[in-house]
Amino acid sequence: MPFRLECQWKGFKLAEKYYGWGFPVDISTNGAQIDNLIYIVHGLMAILFVGWMVFLVYALLRFRQRPGHEAEYKPHHHFKVPTFVEVAVAITEVVLLCAFSFPIWHQVKKEFPSKENSLEVRVVAEQFAWNIHYSGKDGIFGKTDPKLMNAMNPLGLDPGDLAGKDDITSLNQLHIPVNKSVIVHLSSKDVIHSFALPVMRVKQDAVPGQSIPIWFEATKAGNFEIACAQLCGLGHYRMRGFFMVEDGDKFSAWLTEQEAKKLAQAPAAV
Amino acid sequence: MSEALIRFISKPHPVTGVTNSKLGVWCFLASEVMLFGGLFSAYIFLRTGVSDWPQGWTLLNVPLATLNTMVLIISSVTMVMAWASLAMKNLSKYRVFMGLTILLGVTFLVVKSFEYGHKFEHHHFPSTSNFYAIYFTLTGLHGIHVLVGVLVNLYFLLPGSALWKKDPDQLMGRVEAAGLYWHFVDLVWIFLFPTLYLL
Amino acid sequence: MSKHHDSHELPFWRKYIFSTDHKVIGIQYAVTGLLFLLFGFCLMMLIRWQLAYPGKPLPLIGGLFSETAMIGGIMLPEFYNQLGAMHGTIMVFMGVVPLAVGGFGNFVLPLQIGAPDMAFPKLNMISYWLYFVGGLIMFASFFVPGGAAQSGWTSYPPLSVLASGGQTWWLIGMAFLINSSLLGSINFIVTTIQLRAEGLSFYRLPFFVWAQFVTAFLLLLAFPPLMAAAVLQLMDRLAGASFFMPSGLVVNGVSSAVAGGGNPILWQHLFWFLAHPEVYVLILPAMGIVAEIIACNTRKPLYGYKALVGSVISIGFLSFIVWAHHMYLTGMGTKMSAFFQITTMIISIPSIIILTSLMLSLWGGSIRFTAPMLFAVAFLPMFGIGGLTGLPLGLTAADIHLHDTYYVIGHFHYVVAPGTIFALFAGIYYWFPKATGRKMSEVLGRIHFWLSFIFMNGVFMPMFIQGLAGVSRRLYDPMQYAHAQPTQVLNVFMSISAWCLGLSQIPFIINFFKSIFWGERVNNNPWAATTLEWSAPSPPPHGNFVKPPQVYRGPYEYSVPGSKNGYIPQDAVEAGSHV
Repeated sequence: MPFRLECQWKGFKLAEKYYGWGFPVDISTNGAQIDNLIYIVHGLMAILFVGWMVFLVYALLRFRQRPGHEAEYKPHHHFKVPTFVEVAVAITEVVLLCAFSFPIWHQVKKEFPSKENSLEVRVVAEQFAWNIHYSGKDGIFGKTDPKLMNAMNPLGLDPGDLAGKDDITSLNQLHIPVNKSVIVHLSSKDVIHSFALPVMRVKQDAVPGQSIPIWFEATKAGNFEIACAQLCGLGHYRMRGFFMVEDGDKFSAWLTEQEAKKLAQAPAAV
Repeated sequence: MSEALIRFISKPHPVTGVTNSKLGVWCFLASEVMLFGGLFSAYIFLRTGVSDWPQGWTLLNVPLATLNTMVLIISSVTMVMAWASLAMKNLSKYRVFMGLTILLGVTFLVVKSFEYGHKFEHHHFPSTSNFYAIYFTLTGLHGIHVLVGVLVNLYFLLPGSALWKKDPDQLMGRVEAAGLYWHFVDLVWIFLFPTLYLL
Repeated sequence: MSKHHDSHELPFWRKYIFSTDHKVIGIQYAVTGLLFLLFGFCLMMLIRWQLAYPGKPLPLIGGLFSETAMIGGIMLPEFYNQLGAMHGTIMVFMGVVPLAVGGFGNFVLPLQIGAPDMAFPKLNMISYWLYFVGGLIMFASFFVPGGAAQSGWTSYPPLSVLASGGQTWWLIGMAFLINSSLLGSINFIVTTIQLRAEGLSFYRLPFFVWAQFVTAFLLLLAFPPLMAAAVLQLMDRLAGASFFMPSGLVVNGVSSAVAGGGNPILWQHLFWFLAHPEVYVLILPAMGIVAEIIACNTRKPLYGYKALVGSVISIGFLSFIVWAHHMYLTGMGTKMSAFFQITTMIISIPSIIILTSLMLSLWGGSIRFTAPMLFAVAFLPMFGIGGLTGLPLGLTAADIHLHDTYYVIGHFHYVVAPGTIFALFAGIYYWFPKATGRKMSEVLGRIHFWLSFIFMNGVFMPMFIQGLAGVSRRLYDPMQYAHAQPTQVLNVFMSISAWCLGLSQIPFIINFFKSIFWGERVNNNPWAATTLEWSAPSPPPHGNFVKPPQVYRGPYEYSVPGSKNGYIPQDAVEAGSHV
């Protein structure tokens, strides 16, 4: 069958390297836990399913209708195994919750790294792109206002706010340094999108009217992608962003480059 | 038709103690609780989500709504009297009380239309703010329920009362069911009024 | 007192079109439901073309579509999104539920409880026509400017509020469907409580009736919040309200003029409050059908009747408190997600009990592999896969990776397609003789079964692989993402399986129509079953039973030692067995 490659980027090499028929490569400090949980649950699912199947096939064969074999009426026959299975399932679920899901979720949702040790980035989704907002050297995000949003200023940065003067914005390109925690403040301009980084095992809905924080830390450098994981209109399928994880030096160099570009473009803004 | 063989239309079931229509109306009212419950939940969700929700009495006509509350409560009383008249086999009294109930229901709707008209004159629409949006939606849906109740009661006052000759018990049962619905509509208003107007 | 009409006096349109007889209404629901299932299936086959061959022109029929859907046979993203939203909506609300509840419930329930009809026959008729009108509105929405709803069957705002006119049609259509279900559920509940035959206590009810009874409560109580939500969304769309529209929206560079102050998450809560119980509405009737067929074709009582009943009631209650497991990634914290994870894990227990009981029912039986039995038995592992794959999705930490991927699509389709729909096929083969007086062909039934079984798995199993690879759902062109490209070949495989699955329904369609006219004639009880419907003639007349049945025992008295025929019907006057 013809296998069409319509990716605008040299995607196939990328695809081979990082993605396949199972989990994408895991470059996240949180990734292993999540992957392990998924493996464990599937192992338990398999045990239950194989058990059921063995029983089913055996019963279908042994008790098929044939001469000389009548059905048993026995209304009071009681198997003990099923009760054991129910109890085992219940206990297993308690363990999955308490030993795995609750702690991982708590870590992801509550155990944020300190702001001093992290890179903070704002990501504002729109139909159909990702607006990335860095706070610049001062570490303070400039004020934004929906009324100021336009094609030249997609984030609606307020030119009157001094804190915003050194801010760096980017369209669809999220660069982060490797081995440093990142806090992303996620929002949306128009409809619900969902910010997904498959290689980081990160996914969070971007809800308009809200700013939702998430955090992650990458362990390997490389060129990956941002996916939109919530139907957001007819361009949902092409809302792909570039997620570049770089060494500290390369990342700083990129930031410097962006600052220079900004100065070159902007006329003397007040 | 097979309908002739359906039991417990007029006489109650020996174990459950109710007729089919009574049980049916209670089920219907349970679903109505969920409907208005959904809207009330939406109201709570919206109000607790913002800091600048206006207080109802600053924007809405409390005296008029208090009048409407009285109107509905009295109409619930007249509705019970209508059913009681049937229980006492007094058809003319039934007609009086049912007529009163309908009149009071219409009064409620007329007062409501004045309220709405006043709002529209002052350019207050559902699009103005979520306060007005939920006000119009909740009272509007309630108003539709009142209207349906009035129409059902009209039916039982006029063409439907012919059932009295053929099966008085069945008519009584149907009026009782309509009464339960009417009380429910009144009850919803008893919640709506303080929630929207007084808080 | 209602007039005494002899059925011969009724004109054609009163007897077959605007009938108040539950059997006619049941068949109306079933036929309409099957037609919508077919339509929804065709929408899926179109989706699968685009997924397998993104951007390639659709051969043969591509030219039939208007320029707003396909240009030169190449599908547009807006049409793809319409197909997605409407496939889900139509299959769930206009296909499966009307067939499972409106069709099977209406036809079988009064017969199984020994009643002459439903408690409210006229209301029953109105229920059907409300469904019909709602379905028509949904179908017509494809032809309005901008096309049908295209914001997913879940209609999340703000996208759905901003969407074109078809979304309004969807909301209005849903209002009709909701009210149809509501009136139907009242009928089912009152009928089951009030009109059971003498001697038919609750614990002597066939499990099918229990399943329909609990389902009716789900429909009664879970649908109204969606009605409320639909009203709110209509207000947002038509009256400029901002229930779901937050402040500060900028759409396509233009500041939104709405007042703001709303919250999109409110819709999600109201929607999922219905939609989760809705999925139990999809599965419980199926379990009921499978239970009946297993008991009859193993020639022995079901295992664990009391556990089955207790489980189905528990599922009914629990289904109302799990809904936000669809919303884990909306920004939910630890407390709320803990609550919903716990309830979600708990609800898996009664589901496992039901599945295990049905499997254990095979033990010690004498299994007849009739066409209905093949589908009923296959239901068990297929529902098993569907149910089990719900576990990783129910755990928040695992859901981070799997949410909104093909894993979810695989999960719910396993439950509904080789799950429920197989059970519905089983039910059609099983009760066809009761409705028509003729049996369907066993040979065609077996061909239908084996082909469907193979291709169902071909369509849905690879989805789990795609999901684990992180491939998002609702993508018009999956090739745009590097992480989705390696599994693209699976899309081709699944699409071919889907088209073959479509072809596999041809033996069924032929069988269905052929058997109506030329099927082998049968008597009252061709399957030698015990439940009350088999005491009535095939097909039953108005009023169903020659005289009202008297019930003496439980529903599954098969292979009773010392019984005359190897089984004792519920209403047979025969000594022995007094459950």
